[in-house]
This record gives sequence, C-alpha cells and structure tokens, in this order.
Amino acid sequence: MIPSAFDYAAPSTVEEVLAMLAAAESAGDEVKLLAGGQSLLPVMKLRMADPALVIDLGKISELVGVSEQEDTLLIGAMTPHHEIATNALLAKHLPLLHKAAATVADPQVRHRGTFGGALVHADPAGDMPAPVLATGATFILAGPRGERRVEASDFFQGYFTTAVADDEILTHIQVPKFTGWGAHYEKFTRVAQQWSIVAVAAMVKIEDGTFTRARLGLTNMASTPLRATAVEQALVGSNATLESITAACSLAAEGTEPASDLNGDSTYRKHLSTVLAKRAVLAAAGL
Amino acid sequence: MASSKNITVEVDGANYNDDVEPRLLLVQYLRERLGKTGTLIGCDTTNCGACTVHLDGVSVKSCTMLAVQADGHKVTTIEGMAQDGKLHPLQEAFHQCHALQCGFCTPGMIMASASLLTENQHPTEKEIREGLEGNLCRCTGYQNIVAAVKSVADGVEYDDSGVQSGADKTAGVS
Repeated sequence: MIPSAFDYAAPSTVEEVLAMLAAAESAGDEVKLLAGGQSLLPVMKLRMADPALVIDLGKISELVGVSEQEDTLLIGAMTPHHEIATNALLAKHLPLLHKAAATVADPQVRHRGTFGGALVHADPAGDMPAPVLATGATFILAGPRGERRVEASDFFQGYFTTAVADDEILTHIQVPKFTGWGAHYEKFTRVAQQWSIVAVAAMVKIEDGTFTRARLGLTNMASTPLRATAVEQALVGSNATLESITAACSLAAEGTEPASDLNGDSTYRKHLSTVLAKRAVLAAAGL
Repeated sequence: MASSKNITVEVDGANYNDDVEPRLLLVQYLRERLGKTGTLIGCDTTNCGACTVHLDGVSVKSCTMLAVQADGHKVTTIEGMAQDGKLHPLQEAFHQCHALQCGFCTPGMIMASASLLTENQHPTEKEIREGLEGNLCRCTGYQNIVAAVKSVADGVEYDDSGVQSGADKTAGVS
C-alpha cells in the first residue's frame, strides 16, 4: 500500500511550521502534521487521508524531551513513547504515564510513536489520553496569536478531535507531579497486539490505610477519555481494602454510554470497566 | 505535483544519496532502490514486524516510515548484521536453535531481538515474549525463537558444528 502523492517539508523550528500552516490555510490545501507517523502513515496508506502537504516535525529538537519544573514535568510533544516508558523522572513523579506508555502497541511502534502525536490523534481506544486526563495536565499550543494553554478536561472534544485548531500545533504537555502516589494502567485486549477494548488508568494516595486521593481515567468508554468521578469520590475516605475497592469500582461505568462494536457491546464494556477499575485500583494500592 | 526530495542516509555501513518521492516508504527504498531484499514486506499494516530494521540502533517498522524521514539517519538491515563473513550471534542462534520454519518473519525477528537485547541485556523469557510482541510468526515457531534469543542473552556460543560452549546448555529445542 502506497500513500497518495504529497508535498513534504521538514522544518527545524515551530515558527516555520506555523508559517507553513498559515500559507496552506490561505491556499486551501489540506495539511497533515507528521509526528511519529505510527497512526498517520497507516491511514495515508489506506488512502483514508490524502493531504496535499505533510509537515514532518521530526527535525524540531525543542519538541523532544522531559524536563523537571517545580511542581510539574514538561514533556515535549515529540517525545517518543519509549522515552516516556523508560524516563527516570516520569518513573519517579508520574508513574501512571510511565506505566501506560509501556502498554502502547509494540516496541517498534513505541520507538517511533510520540506522546504528543498520540494525544492529538485522540483515538478513543488510544492508551495515552485517559492517563493524561487523570493527571489534569495542561496542553501548551503554539499558534499565530502566540501560546495558548488548554486544560486536559477541555482538550479532548470527540472522535479524533481535540482543541488544537488548524493553524496551531501542540508543543508541550505540562503535567503535575504525583510523586509517591500508587499508579496502574489496566488494559483489556483479546490478543497481544490490539487496541484497548476498555482500559482504566488509576492513581491513588493512601495514608494510614485510607485513600486520601484518587484519580481515574477511562479509555474507550466514550468518544473521548473520561474521568471515573463516581469511583474517585467513593474511594476517598474509604479503607484500602478489597471490599471497599470493589464497592467503589462498581460505579466505574456510572454516567457512561460506551459504543458497541465487534469487540464488545455497550453493556459488556460497562461491566468490563468495573472489573478493570478494581484491578487497576488494587494494583495502584499495592494490594 | 509533489516534488522529489534529496536524502542522505547510511544503510548497513554505506552512504547513499538519492532523490526520492516523499511517499516512498523506507521499506520500498531499501528493497527497490538499494536492492536490500533481506528486509521483507509482510502485512504492510504495522502489525507483523517482518519489515523491522534499526534506525539509529533501535527497532522500527520500515513499512510505517517514509524514506525521507530517514534523511540524516543510520539504518541497519538484516543484511548488515553479519560482520566479516561471520553471522551475528543472533543469526547463529536462530540457525542452531531451529528458530525458523518458513523463514519469512526471521529478518524482522532478529532485528527486533537485537534491539531488545540492546535495551535489556538479560531479559527473562516473559520479557523476550513481550519484547517480540510486534513480530508475528505465522508458523507459530515462537518457542524456539524465544530459546534462541535467551541463548544469546545467556552467552551461549556456537561453533560451526553447532556445539554449544560458554554457558549452560539451556538453549535449543525443548
């Protein structure tokens, strides 16, 4: 399979990208930004996308890497999944993202695929959006009017749709530290290599045997990632025991209307979310 | 109309400079322009891993990368693994452990295994299986593939007659 013909540019600065986006917009050309290409290239090979221009972000070094700030980590949008899954700062301060990234696809895809690319692609079954939503991260966009910051709760807007406008690019994701929290990403697939049918991201803080904080994200339970707020509220203040975790996690599907497809219907997904939430919280709690 | 781009890329130790159409996939460049048909196209959909090569030392699927993205980078294919007429230890181990049946997945399996062993020099059997989850063997010969990778990690060396030395005889058909 071969993509349709397209023009290709590989600029080395964000400013050049923005200028190219503006020029293409006024010319009426469709543009695709190429990050790691692990979702875009398959879609182009299937001719489900045939952009006139592909702008490769692979030569913009300022978009790669993880740096530590006071209470946050700043993650470059072009940082590969493999780096997220092996970076020591993330292991210490953001174990949820660290663990979730290790479950993305396979090693070859993790070497090429990027953190920001996956977030902007916003596949409902993708593994990074729900954990990022659970952290309450801030998305930093560059555009013709300068920098714009979007909260995670406003970023994901629908199937493959985010707050990033046609003339903007995602440059960094600023994520609060969750140092000392327990975390786990529980993913359900039928075979080794598959998109999540449902997955649950969980972060908890336990003091003296009691949950004092809890944040959960749901993958593939809607067109966007969701917070499992009912579970979070039920966990906080309860004992870190199997009984209380089971009771709280039975609320995981509350308020959701997941889609039905060949991998499972809506009722099945709702049930699955309660099972996976329990497994995720138990693992995050070290039980 | 899309204009071609000039790329400079090092493949298996040799430097190449070529004009390529932007939509040319890396695997097509390797096979059709450079004649390196040791790298195979299996599924063409990022699933099977038959097209796995190294980009700057780490495994990637060359059917899901454009040749223009390799500009300025170093690519290693299965054809660059043997040195001075001597098989790479993984190639030798796959041979001795009967880690191939039809052989179609083998180049990709070896490239993925080499990348795995660079990142984790002493993987457990579980880590080897997880590390090779991006590579499919439709003969389902996984058992001996895992044994071959484990034997290299354990330091098993083979002479030309297939006799093991240098470590416990843990590898091979079980």
